Amino acid sequence: MRARLWGTRGSLASPGPETVRYGGHTSCVEVRGGDGTVLILDAGTGIQPLGATLGPEVKELHILLTHLHMDHIQGLGFFKPLFREDAVVHIWGPISAKRHLRDRLARYMSPPLFPVSLRDLPCLLVVHDVSSERFQAGGITVDADLVCHPGPTLGYRLSEGGKALAYLPDHEPALGARTFPQEPSWTSGFGLMDGADLLIHDTQYTSAEYQEHVGWGHSALDQALAVAALARVQRLVTFHHDPSHSDEQLDELHGTIPPELPFEVIPGQEGAVFEVE
Amino acid sequence: MGEPIEVILLRQWSSYLGLPVFIMGESGALIFYNEAAESLLGRRFEESGPIDLDELSGLFVTTAEDGSPISSAELPIGVALLSRIPAHRRLRIQALDGVSRLIDVTAFPITGHGGRHLGAVAMFWEVQGT
Repeated sequence: MRARLWGTRGSLASPGPETVRYGGHTSCVEVRGGDGTVLILDAGTGIQPLGATLGPEVKELHILLTHLHMDHIQGLGFFKPLFREDAVVHIWGPISAKRHLRDRLARYMSPPLFPVSLRDLPCLLVVHDVSSERFQAGGITVDADLVCHPGPTLGYRLSEGGKALAYLPDHEPALGARTFPQEPSWTSGFGLMDGADLLIHDTQYTSAEYQEHVGWGHSALDQALAVAALARVQRLVTFHHDPSHSDEQLDELHGTIPPELPFEVIPGQEGAVFEVE
Repeated sequence: MGEPIEVILLRQWSSYLGLPVFIMGESGALIFYNEAAESLLGRRFEESGPIDLDELSGLFVTTAEDGSPISSAELPIGVALLSRIPAHRRLRIQALDGVSRLIDVTAFPITGHGGRHLGAVAMFWEVQGT
C-alpha cells in the first residue's frame, strides 16, 4: 500500500501562511493498494484536491468515513468522481441505531447546507453501514472498530500482503482512565493498532491543552506516543493538528518528542507519502 | 482484539462511582469490578484480574431475601445476561468476609452499537438498617 496525506488538520480547515508546511486541509488520506485499489480515508476538505487527480481511469473507489463530524465530510460535495456517471463510489461509515448512513449524509448533502442532493449525484453511490467488523475494499482488507470519540466513531486497520496501516484520526483513549495507558485489552483501539507498520493517530493537543479539553475526543501528543508504544507500531504519523497551531508551534511540539522511542515518529504534513510494504 | 469501546467506557465510568459495580462479559465471566465492589469480593481487581463464572459462583452464597435458595438464572445478572432484559431484586449474600448482607441488585444488559450483546452490568446497594 501507498498512503498520501491530503489533509492533516483537525476540526477546521486552516489555510494561511502559518500552516503551509503541515497543511490547512482537514482529514483525508489516499491509500492505493498493490492491485490499484483506490481507498480514501475520510472526506475532509483535503478530498477536493485529491479528487482532481483521479481521472476517468479510476472506475471504482472506496471512501471510508470514521465519523460524520463536519471536518471529516465537508469535502464530499466537492469530490469530482461523485459527479461522474461512470464512477462507482462506495462510502463506508459508522452504523447508527436510528438512521442509515445514507440518510445521515443526506442531511449535509442537501439544501440549505448544500445545493446538490445526495440522490441527485450521477455516480453509482453504494453506501455501507459499518459496525465493528471486517470487510473487503477491493484488494485491501479492512478491519473497523468503534473507538473513543463523541458519537459513533470508527477506527480502521487496512491490511495487504501482511502489512498494516492503522488510522485513528479522532481518538481519546485516555478518557476516564485512572492510569494511562491501561493494559492493551482495555485500551480503546488497541486491536486496530497492534503491531501496525504505520499508525496515523490523533495528536491534536499539547499535554496542557488536553487538560482543558478532556472529553472532546482527542489526544495529546504524549498520549499518542504512549498508545503507539503499547501497540508496538513501527511508525507513528502525527495527525489532526489543532487548527490554532501554526507550523512553528507544531515544530516546537514535535521537538519535545523523546529521541529514544522504539518507533519512528513522523510529523504529519500535507503531501507526505508513505510506503507500507 | 480488546474489549469493545462500550465496555471500556463502562469500566471508566464505574471506576468513578462509590457503589459496587460488576461488569460481566458475554460469557458470564466477571471481567471488571470497581473499587467499591472489592469489599464484596475480598480482593482487588488489579490482583485478581477477570474471574470466570465457575470461580465466581464459589465466592458468594446468594439466597432470596427470605433465605430460600435461588438459581443463578434468577439472579438479576443472570436475567440480564440470559434474557437480555433489565432486572432488579432484593437478595441476601454472604461473601468472603462471612458477613450476611441484604442488598438490592439492579442489572441491565449491555447492548452495544449495532445491537451487539456484549454482557451485563450489575450494581449493588446494601439495604440499610437490616
